[in-house]
Formats: sequence, structure tokens, C-alpha cells
Amino acid sequence: MVGMTITEKILARAAGKDRVSAGDVVFANVDKVMVHDVSGPGVMMVLRELERKGKSIKVWDPDRVWIAEDHFVPAVDKIAAENIVTLESLSKRFGIKKHFRYGMGQYGICHTLSHEEALVLPGEVYVGGDSHTNTTGALGCFATGMGHTDIAYVLMHGRIWFKVPETLLFKLEGKIPEYIMAKDIILKIIGDNGTDVANYKAMQFSGSAVKEMPMDERFTLTNMTTEAGAKNGIIEPDEKTIAYIRERTDAPFKVIKGDEDAEYEEVFTYEVDRLEPIVAKPYSPANISYARELSNVEIDKAYIGSCTGAKYTDLLEAARILKGKRSKVRLEVLPASQSIYIRALKDGLINIFLEAGAVIGPPTCGACCGAHMGVLAKDEVCISTTNRNFPGRMGHVESKTYLASPKVVAASAVTGKITDPRDIS
Amino acid sequence: MLLRGRVHKYAKDNIDTDVIIPGPYLKIMDPNELAKHAMEGLDREFVKKVKKGDFILAGSNFGCGSSREHAPIALSYAGIKAVLALSFARIFYRNAVDGAYLLPIEVDEKAYNEINDGDELEIDIDSNTIKDISTNKVYKMKPFPSLIKEIIDAGGLFNYTPRG
Repeated sequence: MVGMTITEKILARAAGKDRVSAGDVVFANVDKVMVHDVSGPGVMMVLRELERKGKSIKVWDPDRVWIAEDHFVPAVDKIAAENIVTLESLSKRFGIKKHFRYGMGQYGICHTLSHEEALVLPGEVYVGGDSHTNTTGALGCFATGMGHTDIAYVLMHGRIWFKVPETLLFKLEGKIPEYIMAKDIILKIIGDNGTDVANYKAMQFSGSAVKEMPMDERFTLTNMTTEAGAKNGIIEPDEKTIAYIRERTDAPFKVIKGDEDAEYEEVFTYEVDRLEPIVAKPYSPANISYARELSNVEIDKAYIGSCTGAKYTDLLEAARILKGKRSKVRLEVLPASQSIYIRALKDGLINIFLEAGAVIGPPTCGACCGAHMGVLAKDEVCISTTNRNFPGRMGHVESKTYLASPKVVAASAVTGKITDPRDIS
Repeated sequence: MLLRGRVHKYAKDNIDTDVIIPGPYLKIMDPNELAKHAMEGLDREFVKKVKKGDFILAGSNFGCGSSREHAPIALSYAGIKAVLALSFARIFYRNAVDGAYLLPIEVDEKAYNEINDGDELEIDIDSNTIKDISTNKVYKMKPFPSLIKEIIDAGGLFNYTPRG
């Protein structure tokens, strides 16, 4: 009998079974749940409808649930403001204490909070009402996104059905060149293999390059597994993972790792030593070119934000390039959380951005999903640290978004054209 | 279960949730309001021509992108009863079934290539057949996995009682 992958082991544990195999459908217990200002109102609508039909409504375990305000905050209009009020009614009515409110201390993009606040722990099953919930899997947990009906079901029952995914293993080997970030690597993987290579599957990352990466970079890998169609992205915990968690919480957890003889559907090996900076052109994260091949593309705007590209390490790498320089185009920086914002301020990064000419926005999903904070006009061209560049994603359906690492975005801001970070002095 | 309606064919892969219902509308929870913007990023004429009970036919990875349940809701309230595609993105598929908005039906290349925009179809999900009334051809659809079929028959996840 072959061994199990980390994903299979976590789901087996949560389903109360000795073993599960890819393809099995199981009802599994959920350890943590997240809703935000887009999925929360939907959850509330489902619960109110059940109540109207005479069902008694309660949350199975309010301490396992947390609420983020991130997409349309600070409230962009009356509807967004009503949605925030709905979140208040959700947390008050069901006694959910972990509610991260904007303007009241720590808050930010849900996926960033999930790890910054150690709200999810290694070995857990975590579901969130957002597709980039996959991000948190870099902690060695099973993390996946769902819609609001599924999330409402989990809130009521504490469990839900999962089809155990096959696992694709991506071995990233070699030393990461200093101009390369995790964003380049994941764009390369998606570009080589397509936006549906991992549909319904787990994408697991291992290898010497992953070991070398700080946690912030690992979250970029798992974050963008969503763009390859993956059900979850996952990295087995190591000493960096455990140190990251221990800096944030004393809560107990059990590290789960895959068996030596675990079965992977396919193994992909990438040598990162010779990788060059990569950009995904409109209108797909798989539509990749080398940054140097696009050096004649003029941009109107550079955007540093989102759960993918506004963690502390992202801001730090962008600031290193922008230090003492002016941006030739509109430059927007939106730290992914309040705590990252404070740290970037104390460490002088915010000052570097301001002196480069940037506007600093509050932590929010903002223009990444075309919500607010600098959405794009028709034909406008933006280079962005975010995760998607579908038509209309960041604004007008005929605007153009190029996806890149924070280093490439910062270098491009300096020249006003898409620029490889090696090509600026 | 027998469904009958007309096909709106979009011969494209990777039709994503940003074109099915663009991001700025995610604030909206009123399904009828969402329906007014269905497929807005791809085809502004869609909401004018769609009729209750119609189908969409598309390529692979339909509904990729975000977890927004607004996507199947907008299509469902615009009138769409089923989306026929070569394959689906997983969250769209879950949302469509668990929320009982519409049926995500996987078809093969032959059906995808031969069924035309505007054709009248009759779909029998118990015998897994798709009859193209306009061309008088019959195609097989991929049967739903047993749990999915049980959730569909129950009328969504909240009406389904897990076994064991």
C-alpha cells in the first residue's frame, strides 16, 4: 500500500479515517473558517433564508471563525457600507470575536491576516470564502476557497464534503538569483503548464529553493496556485514554518508531513538558478514573456498591492529598487495589512515610496479586483504585483494589466517601461 | 430530469468569473440586479437575448478565477438552467451544485464542436443524453459523480443529508 501525501493525510485525519486516496469523496471536519465583506453578506443571506424557513441558526464553533474587511474598505459607497454593517451583525449575533475591523487597529487582506496573525495552524483544514484561500497552505495546512453557500454550511455544521485531490509535486531546486522572486517562479510554472494544469488538484512545492525562501515568498507560490486551477497549494512545514508560527502564537498544533512513499500524479522539476524575470501579459497569468522581451512596452501605472504582492518582503524588495529614485508613472502602494504598514513605516520603506512619488493607500484589495483605489481606464496599461489580469480585472475591460514581481514592478516604475531589474542602475 | 432550451455558444476556454460578473458588482447581493450584468465582460448583448431555461455552451475551465457565488447566481437569475462545457473550474462547479443555481454539465469535444449557437436542446440528466433538436443529433454528457447527483436531486447542499 503506497503512502499518503500531506494533503491526503490532513484530509484523512479530518474525516476520521485511517487513510484516504485521491478521488475519494469525504465529509471532513473543518478547523478554521474565514469570511470577508464579499462572502460574508452572502453567508448572512443564506442563513437568514434558512431561518425564514423555520430552521434554527447557530454557528457550530464561533472561536474557529474569523471575519476580514478587505475588498471594498474603507467603505467605497453606500452598498459597501451596508455590507460592513452586515458583517457586524454576523459577528455580534453569533459571538465571533475575531473580527478585524478597518480603522480599529490590525486589519487587512484576509489571506495576509491568516498567516500574519497565525489564525490558521499547520495540519489544519481551513476554508475561506475567497479563491485565494490557497495562500495559507504554505503553512502546511489544507486551505481552499469556497462560495458563500458552502461557507454557510460549514458555519452551521463544522464539516463539508471534499473530493480528495491528486497532488502535482513541483520541485524547485537550486539557488535563487537575487533578481528573482517567488512571483517569477510561479508565473513560469503557470506559463509553462497552463491555467488549468492543476484543476481540482493539489499543487505541492518542495526542493532547496523553497527551503531557502522566507515564508512571505512561499505564500506567493501557494497564493497563485489558484491561477493554475488548484484546489489547494501546500508546502510541508520546516523549521522556518514553525518559527514563523511560534513568533505569533503559543497555540498547540501537530505538524503533518507526507509519507516517503507518497504517490504524486506528476512531478515537475524546475532549476531556478538560470531563471530570468518574468511578466504575464494581458489577459492571462499563463501568457508569459521575459521582462526583457517587453522592454518597449510603455506603462501608465505601477501597482504594488494585494495578498500576492504587498507582504513585508514585497515592499522591502520594491523599496530597495526605488530608494533615491523617482517613479516616471503613477505609482500606488497598498500594504496588505495594518501591521505590515506600520513595520514598513518604521523601517523607512514608506518614506522611500513617498519620495519616489507614490501614493500610499490603506490596506485593501483595492484595484486588484477593480474595486476602487486606482482602477484602470480604457487602454490604460498597468504593471502590477497582483495575481490576475483577466479582461476588466483592474478596471475597464479594455485596460491592460501585466503581472510581475515587486522588483520588476519597481524597476518598471523607474523607467516608465517594462524593465528587468538588472537593467537599471 | 428533462431540460429544454436554447444554446448560447461561446467557443472559448477559460471564461473567467471577472467576465461572468465583473468585480465592482460583488458588493451587490440582489440576484435580479446581478442578473442584469451577467456575462457583461464578454458579451453585452447576452442579457438582452437570454431567455428562461436557456443554456450556455463553452470550452474548458469555465468559471475559473474567483470564488464569487455571484457568478452562478447572475447566470441563474438571467435564466440559464445549465452550462455545458468541456470542463469547469472547481469553485464554480461546487457553487453551482451546492447552491442549486444551475447544472454544470461536462460534454465531449464532439458535442462542443457540433452544437451550434442558437440550437434547441433537450437534456436528460437521468439518461445522460443531450438531444440537439435543431440538428437531430444525440450526444452523451458525462454523468454526475454520485454525491453530486444526490446533492442535485436534493435541491442543494442544505437539503442534502449525508450518509453515515
